This record gives sequence, C-alpha cells and structure tokens, in this order.
Amino acid sequence: MIHKLGRISIVITLATLLLVFLVLLNLVLGSIHIPLSEIKAILFTGEEVNRIYENIILKTRLPQTIVSLGAGMALGVAGLLMQTLFRNPLAGPSVLGISSGSSLGVAFVMLFTGNILGFTFTSLGAWGDFAVVFSSLIGAALVLALILFISHRIGGTLSVLIIGVMIGYLSSSLVSLLKFYSPEEDVYNYVIWGLGSFSRLATERAMMFGLITVIPSVLATFLSKPLNLLALGDRYASNLGLNIKRARFLIIAFSGFLTAIVTSFCGPIIFIGVAVPHLAKLLSKTSNHFYLILNAALLGAATALLCNLLARMPGMEQEMPINSVTAFIGAPVVIWVIWKRRKENRLE
Amino acid sequence: MAGKEILHINKLCIGYGKGKRAKVVHDQLQAKMFAGELVCLLGENGTGKSTLIRTICGFQPALGGEASLLEKDLLQLSEKELSTMAAVVLTDRVIVPNATVEELVGLGRSPYTGTFGILNDEDKDIVHTSIKKCGILHKKKERLSNLSDGEKQKAFIAKALAQDTQIIILDEPTAFLDMPARVEIMQLLRQIASNSGKSVLMSTHDLDLALQMADKLWLLSADKGLLTGTPEDLLLRNEFQTIFQNKGIEFDNKTGLFRVGYDCNREIPVKGHGFEYVLLRRAFARNGIKTIRKSEEDTTWLEVCKNGSISFKYFENGKCVGQEKTIENLLRLTLNNR
Repeated sequence: MIHKLGRISIVITLATLLLVFLVLLNLVLGSIHIPLSEIKAILFTGEEVNRIYENIILKTRLPQTIVSLGAGMALGVAGLLMQTLFRNPLAGPSVLGISSGSSLGVAFVMLFTGNILGFTFTSLGAWGDFAVVFSSLIGAALVLALILFISHRIGGTLSVLIIGVMIGYLSSSLVSLLKFYSPEEDVYNYVIWGLGSFSRLATERAMMFGLITVIPSVLATFLSKPLNLLALGDRYASNLGLNIKRARFLIIAFSGFLTAIVTSFCGPIIFIGVAVPHLAKLLSKTSNHFYLILNAALLGAATALLCNLLARMPGMEQEMPINSVTAFIGAPVVIWVIWKRRKENRLE
Repeated sequence: MAGKEILHINKLCIGYGKGKRAKVVHDQLQAKMFAGELVCLLGENGTGKSTLIRTICGFQPALGGEASLLEKDLLQLSEKELSTMAAVVLTDRVIVPNATVEELVGLGRSPYTGTFGILNDEDKDIVHTSIKKCGILHKKKERLSNLSDGEKQKAFIAKALAQDTQIIILDEPTAFLDMPARVEIMQLLRQIASNSGKSVLMSTHDLDLALQMADKLWLLSADKGLLTGTPEDLLLRNEFQTIFQNKGIEFDNKTGLFRVGYDCNREIPVKGHGFEYVLLRRAFARNGIKTIRKSEEDTTWLEVCKNGSISFKYFENGKCVGQEKTIENLLRLTLNNR
C-alpha cells in the first residue's frame, strides 16, 4: 500500500510541477521572448514595465494559456469518463456525437444562414463570433439532450455508444451538404474553425472559460466511486449497490457538458481526450478513479499547454492549427500505450 | 442443519419481457434455502438456470409469484438494500486495467463506504480476512491480469465475502476451470457455508462434485420445473433418471454416477470380475459391444486372468485362440474376429 500510494503521489506531484513549468513556458516563449521577471511584474506586482510586453502577456499569452489549461483538463477528464463508462479504450469525448453536434450548429450558422440571407458570414464581424459560440452550444446541447434521453429510455451502454457514432455520421453528412452549397469564403472559415484554436477568447472570457472547465473537472472526482464500480460491469456494479441508470446519466451529463463547453469555444479538439486517459492510467498504475481523474486533469492540461506551445514555436511566421499538433502528440501516445500493453501481455 | 430460513421462493414465475409479449421460462417455482447451506442448482443448458439466478439477484424482474430474502420481498428491494443482503459472482469477463486483488476485494465494501469509497481500518481488516479465507493472501498485491483463472475466481469470491452478506450467489463458478481448480473452488464454498453460516447458492454442471458436496440440490428441468432436496433423497426418488432420460446418458443409481449410453449391436460373454472387468466392459461399450456374463452354453468368450500379471484371453469354440496383455490389443483381436 505504501509503495502504491507512493507511486500515485509521486506521479501527481510530478504532473503538477510539469503543469506549472508549462504554464510558465507558455508565458515566456513565443515569437518575442519575455523574461520571467517582467512577467512577474505584469501579473503580480503591477510595476511599470514595457507596454508591448504587457499587451502581449495580458491580451494574448495569458488568455491562451488559461484556455489551453481549461480545455485540456476538461477533455482529459471527459475522455476518462467515457472510456470507463463504455469500457472501450478508443472511446473519447467525441464518441457521444457532442462535438459533431457542435460542428453542425456552427456549420448551420456559418454556411446556411449566409446562403439564405445572401451575405458572407465573415462580414458579420464580432456578432459572428458570438453566433458561432452560441450555435455550437445549442448544437452540443441538443445532441447531449438526445443522448441522455436515449440512455434513460433504452438503458444499454452499447446502444448509446452506437447512436452517438451514428449522430456523428449524420451531422458530418449534413455539414458536407452545407459546404457544397456555400460560398468559398465561408467554407474556408468553417474549415479554420474545425481545426481548433485556443486563442479565440479575450482575457475576461478566457477567465470565465477557465472557471467553467476547471471546477467541473475537479468536481468529477465525486463520480469516482460509481466509476470504480462500473469498471466491473453493470451487474457487479448494481450488486454493489449502485443505481446504474442514475450513475450513467450523471457521467454522460458531466462528460457531455465538459465536451460541449470546450468545443463551443475552441472548436473540436481531437486526440487529447483519447490519449490523455491512457497516459494517466499507464503512469499512475491504479484502478481508483479518484486518482485517475486528478491525473487525467493534470496531464490533460499539461498536454494542451504543450500543444499550444508547439503550435506557436519560436521562429515561425504563423501559428499552426492546434488540431494538427494534438494529433502529432496524441497518436504516438496511443500507439505507445498499445505497444507497452502488448509487451506486458495485457491488451485489455 | 435446521438453520434460519434465508431464501424462500414461492410460485415464482421467471422469464423475459412484459405484459402480453412476455416469454415465460418457468412458472410455479418453489424452493427454500437455510442458513449455512450449500445449494447447487443443476440443469441442462437452456433450462433457465441463469434466468433463475439473475431473477434472484435482482438483475431482471420476475413475471409473477413471490421471492423473499431474509423475510423481505426480494422483488421490491433497491440495489442499495440488496447489496448488503446478497453478493454475486458472475460469469461476466471483467477487465479492470491495473486493478489488484486488494482493490477488487476492497470494492466489495462499497455498500458500506462513503461518497469517495474510502476504506476505514475495519473495512481493511475485512478485506484482509476475506482474501485470507480464499487462500490467496500471497497474491494480495498482484494485478488481476496476472492471476490464473482459478485464482481470479477466488478473488471474486473474496469480493463477495467482503460484501458481508447472508447469501452468496454464484453463476457457474467452476466453468472454464481445470479439475483441481474446480474441486478447490467447491471446497472453498463448502467451507464458507459450513464455517461462516452464510448460505451459498451456485449453478453448476459438475454433477459429481455437486452430489458429493452440496447440502441440497435444485434440479431445474423443462418438464418438471424445480425439484429440490438432499442429493441422497433425490437419488432415492430416482429423479436424475427422469430428468436426463433420452439424452444418451444413463444414471447409474448404484454408483451415483452418470454413464454414457451407447447403442450396442453385438454382445460378447465375459468371464471375470473386479476393476479389470469394469474397465474391459467400458472399453467394449465404447466400441458398440455389450458385455454379458458368460454362461455355461457359451462357446466364445473373453476371460480376465490374474495370475500375478494381468492378461486377457480370447476363447473360440471352447479353445483359447489368443492372449493379450492390454485392452487395446484385445479390442483389436475381438473386432477383427467378428
């Protein structure tokens, strides 16, 4: 027990340190190098410093850092919940079709309305941004409501999974129809949205985003006991006193909420939700979801920060789209995990 | 063993579906179970053993009738209440990444722990003794994925023990195990029933083990419903014969064992007795030859000889035409001489 607790606390401590380190790097590194002392002055002491530095930190890097941290944390936790609920190592936040719902909502606003009303969406400016977030939230919420309804009425875990995937197919076919009939400019904008970004929010909204992702992610630890039991299968869980329907409802609602929020503000971020839970399980070597959730939260935030950092590596003209980076980090992690498990003869 | 009544099934109707589309598997089932009893539920595949087990565990609703556990209506209990009264071990293949024996057995304490499922000292003690009782203390920290099938089954039985319930219900706990592991699991369950006063209900296909070790048997068959009683009473009432008739197996009431029935197209007289004779008979039956006692008139017969070493002789027209050391060779000789 001492040995195991030791391992868990070491992993969690290291993950926390890594997270802090990556937050600092995200503030320091970029096309312009800003020394730590200046950052300290800007954020904490309020001393007079270089105006340009202040602008870069407060208007660009700080919100980006907060958004990356929140989004990564939420996606890591949501992915873990989904993988345990569906007992499927390839499950992730996107399996429920929630990000597809978001995408459909956004496509509807960006492509369809422009078509009908006869103007390009880009000409809307700031109102457009608001419309995107709003429509994305509506799309995600509708799909989430549908999934919750299905899980309540039908009850089977597998059927929920399949219906989620089908909703994904349906919405992407609708999206491609919309794309086909839309002006080039709007399609381009939609594609950019779909590539995901952590830099769409201004400081105040980023703060809000941080709160509504980090707090629920930590609160997810309250689901750790139901998750531990569900890992044994529905029947064992129910024999151990768990109300399966209620637990499943809560887990889907929680994970769906986290996914919906992130997708609405950052676009569909891929791979973090699938790769991070594996990393958390592999490193902490425990089956207790209390620690797994904490670990997935920390590692998810750290991964997103790392991806954000790589996306705007110093010396590059333009930022790379975040999804191309998450795939480059996430896919090797998943492959490595499968490889490692195979070697340990534990392909579960 | 006149213990307290634990489980009482009265006119229970089990099956699937609801209302008009319901498919009834069995109706009017009647059974009782007492404290400290090991009960084996026997029956062919497809007779509804699992349906009955699942209904008693509360995994599926009964279609009618009554079932009470510790004098409470089993069919109305919530998961929460049931979790402290009945513990189950299922055939479901469970894969929990990274889980150790200790963690699994710890989950058995879930009905008693708080929001985060943290074990207190008493819980930890119970977990420890449960693992010890199942004889896998040396594997306490081992991951489930590193255990053999028999050890894994013991870990789940330890989980059921930790749940601290009056009754433990197991669905085919000896399936997929090799013979020694089966015997070990049965002995473990026998001990649990005898020593702790818990009642153990298990479904199984291991007839011979069940006949020897169970206090009561529940025989489930398509035609006759549920027959209950001690193995010996059921033997005396000749119930096995009727249940398994026309299935190519014969129940030998003298030995209490099952025998495979063969269609025999030839008879051969045999002179001899003892274990060698029994084995000879079995080998010939497998080849479609029925062995009968040699009478005076027979001119062709086999004889088991035991003069120091064992040999088998083949007589034709009253004369010995062959002598063999092994049954294999004797069989060849006999089959060639038809």
